[in-house]
Amino acid sequence: MMDPQITLITGTRKGIGKYLVEHYIKRGHIVVGCSREVPDWTIQGYKHYEADVSDEKAVFQIFSGIRKEYGRLDNLINNAGIASMNHTILTPLSSVHSVLNTNVVGTFLFCREAAKLMQKNKYGRIVNFATVATPLKLEGEALYAASKAAIVTLTQILAREFADLGITVNAVGPTPIKTDLIRGVPQAKMDSLLSRQAIREYGTFEDVSNVIDFYLMPESRFVTGQVIYLGGVC
Amino acid sequence: MHNMLPLIYEAIDELNETLDEPIETSDSTQLFGSKSKLDSMGLVSLIVTVERLIEEKYDKTVTLASEKAFSRSSSPFRTVQTLSEYISELLAKEN
Repeated sequence: MMDPQITLITGTRKGIGKYLVEHYIKRGHIVVGCSREVPDWTIQGYKHYEADVSDEKAVFQIFSGIRKEYGRLDNLINNAGIASMNHTILTPLSSVHSVLNTNVVGTFLFCREAAKLMQKNKYGRIVNFATVATPLKLEGEALYAASKAAIVTLTQILAREFADLGITVNAVGPTPIKTDLIRGVPQAKMDSLLSRQAIREYGTFEDVSNVIDFYLMPESRFVTGQVIYLGGVC
Repeated sequence: MHNMLPLIYEAIDELNETLDEPIETSDSTQLFGSKSKLDSMGLVSLIVTVERLIEEKYDKTVTLASEKAFSRSSSPFRTVQTLSEYISELLAKEN
């Protein structure tokens, strides 16, 4: 591919999203991203949209901007996600709505709009974010794990629906990484979680981008509907 | 009221480049149902192309595949003519 790849990443203000922006800019991609709040950083080759991923109108604006500016989209990384770590009995309905909206509705909308843009070139790579909390059936994460289970199913079915359009859809399931997502989770809880992984360590951003790099490779055209969990969780 | 037929014809021309059996650029062309030559993915591609052309020409983002469209007793995707009328209706509501 001679032209720089156009890569859209959601949830880029901080944490792994911000890391992925830097990672793909370094690899020569033109990166477009979004988050609800404006980031306190800028980087050449990166364009930011302020958007809630579950707001259809705001999502339309992002894709309209990409279509007008670049005419195509090669890669979509659906990183935006929020967690709710609490016993179900103590989980308010507002948390249910916000977790499902960001994780499921947001991922769905971006996949749908990306496919519309990608189908024109019969090429596209979509990477969604799952979590080890789903296969590990983690107590205290029912809502978060269930929302990510929905993403696994979405990934597997979209892989089939989009196959004829030349678009692959895969997911990466990270282990806990030291980000804001797990801030506030007691250490004993984290230790017990890590002990259930084959490799009992925190993951790193690089572990996640390694899997995404593989999915995004043009050579990975025959890899779709897959979920790779890190740390030896299956 | 916009005449959307030329826009739909343009979308059909674009789509025909990818089809083994091109469909006719006529207002009576069946797009949906047993008499349509388009398969389901062909119809999806046509809808996406029409949405893109609307955005390019009118600077408006419309979603043709809405619950309202699907819940009508008679589908707006039946023929090029019904699709044209449906889009005009959507654009008129936008204004």
